[in-house]
Amino acid sequence: MINTHKSTPMQKLLRFGLYAILIFMAFIYLMPLIVMVMNSLKDVEEIRSGNLLALPQDPSLAAWSKAWSSACTGSTCDGIAPFFLNSFKIVLPAVAISTLLGAMNGYVLAMWRFKGSELFFGLLLFGCFIPFQVVLIPMAMTLGWLGLASSASGLVLVHVIYGMAFTTLFFRNYYVGLPRELISAAKIDGAGFFLIFWRIVLPLSPPIIVVTVIWQFTQIWNDFLFGVVFSGVDNLPVTVALNNLVNTSFGGKEYNVDMAAALLAALPTILVYVFAGKYFVRGLSAGAVKGA
Amino acid sequence: MANKRPFTDMLADSMPKLVLAPSFLIVMVCIYGYILWTAALSFTKSRMLPQWKFVGFDQYTKLMNNDRWAVSTENLIIFGGLFILICLALGIIMAIMLDQKIRQEGFLRTIYLYPMAISFIVTGTAWKWLLNPSLGIQKIVRDWGFTDFTFDWLVNSQMVVFCLVIAAVWQSSGFVMALFLAGLRGVDQEMIKAAQLDGATLPTIYRRIILPSLKPVFFSAFVILSHIAIKSFDLVTALTGGGPGYSSDLPANFMYAHAFTRSQMGLGAASGMVMLGGVLAILIPYLYSELRGKKQ
Repeated sequence: MINTHKSTPMQKLLRFGLYAILIFMAFIYLMPLIVMVMNSLKDVEEIRSGNLLALPQDPSLAAWSKAWSSACTGSTCDGIAPFFLNSFKIVLPAVAISTLLGAMNGYVLAMWRFKGSELFFGLLLFGCFIPFQVVLIPMAMTLGWLGLASSASGLVLVHVIYGMAFTTLFFRNYYVGLPRELISAAKIDGAGFFLIFWRIVLPLSPPIIVVTVIWQFTQIWNDFLFGVVFSGVDNLPVTVALNNLVNTSFGGKEYNVDMAAALLAALPTILVYVFAGKYFVRGLSAGAVKGA
Repeated sequence: MANKRPFTDMLADSMPKLVLAPSFLIVMVCIYGYILWTAALSFTKSRMLPQWKFVGFDQYTKLMNNDRWAVSTENLIIFGGLFILICLALGIIMAIMLDQKIRQEGFLRTIYLYPMAISFIVTGTAWKWLLNPSLGIQKIVRDWGFTDFTFDWLVNSQMVVFCLVIAAVWQSSGFVMALFLAGLRGVDQEMIKAAQLDGATLPTIYRRIILPSLKPVFFSAFVILSHIAIKSFDLVTALTGGGPGYSSDLPANFMYAHAFTRSQMGLGAASGMVMLGGVLAILIPYLYSELRGKKQ
């Protein structure tokens, strides 16, 4: 960002140091991942007798296939595959609904303010930051009365409700930064609420949609608290299943299977960051940071 | 047609309110209503099921005299303080370093950011092995020949809370870096060029122009990090299980254990309310400045 035209030996040395630090940091961040991948390819004996940093002598995917389809997670021994599916069944609708809701709310709060809308925004913002422990017990009771206890749709509902504050905040702060003239001109031309949203606002929204979808996807996929409190045995998300698998003390500890299972559980969100991470950062620069 | 106009006009006028109405209802019930509900429960002697027999502040007294609660709040202060401080420091330093026209910036950024994509359960599982004395870092260093090396924080009830800090910083610092980097990219380039023409040095430019303009980013990073710290329930569950004993419990774990597994709903509700109080102490100044800033 800052131009330095001349480069003296001192500056060259500084630059070298800079790269050295950055690469060292990268190694630190990667180390746990590397350790897990390497050890998921070993057998248990090799892990016990050898060194975590040693390369696998006879790499095998046995632990991965066991983690996926036959490892024991508490009461069942079908691997984490079924829970993987559960997570998708919860995450996809919850992300879609909470993002849509956030976009509509943000649109109103930024461009169709009315008396009380700012107060509502303040009340909602508060919801971003409450510790969920303070709503868990009533929520559990409510889901019970609605007949949604231990169901996937109950979890979707919970994630939509408590994700809405964040998605609304993202969209509102982004929309506040759009030029006002665009909207007022359209209003003068007689365009209505939904037409303006559909034709003008939505086409300008991709950066913030990307940020919101990535944020919600990771939040909900990685959720453990709601999963462990609200899902019954049949709808456990993958995070809860992983924790059960790691803490199942049934026979000897199978470190390699634990690591493979952890990697599998992390895979979807890691892929999202590797492929869409730059859009995420770009979206943050585009406005999510400014107001938040 | 003619007498339909006013109705459609009215509908058009109230459209924004109609769109917001469901969300308003949800917020009032599922946030504020539930908080009141939990507050009410915290004044009862509810155990496994709610019992509406009010006992005043008994549950709070019980909470304050509970050693496990004392340990968990102390842990939260140590863990939260260190976690937030280290993440902010690392985040800003790495963002400034990455902002020096680094080759392969995108690649490095992806590496720093990826832990953010991972759930605390996975992070906890990974670091559980790395910090395990007989399997992880201690063993590796001993294998290298340093046979006296000791790094047993995970099983040391005095030090275990620092294990939580290590794992949480590893996971969240990259995200803070991304926030700061986005903020740096948003700084007015013209101002920097003008300062350079005036002969300002790089450190001066950072101190006088760039860092002050990052103040809102500092603020939002602080709020997001304290939010993560307070809800770090899953990291404790996966990394330490609260142990040894309950030496690494955080308030969130205390609340879950009492409300959902130990049939102490009243006590759990009281601990939830105290957590809310702690959050409010941080949140109210933030909300105040957020709303005031918006009005200008």
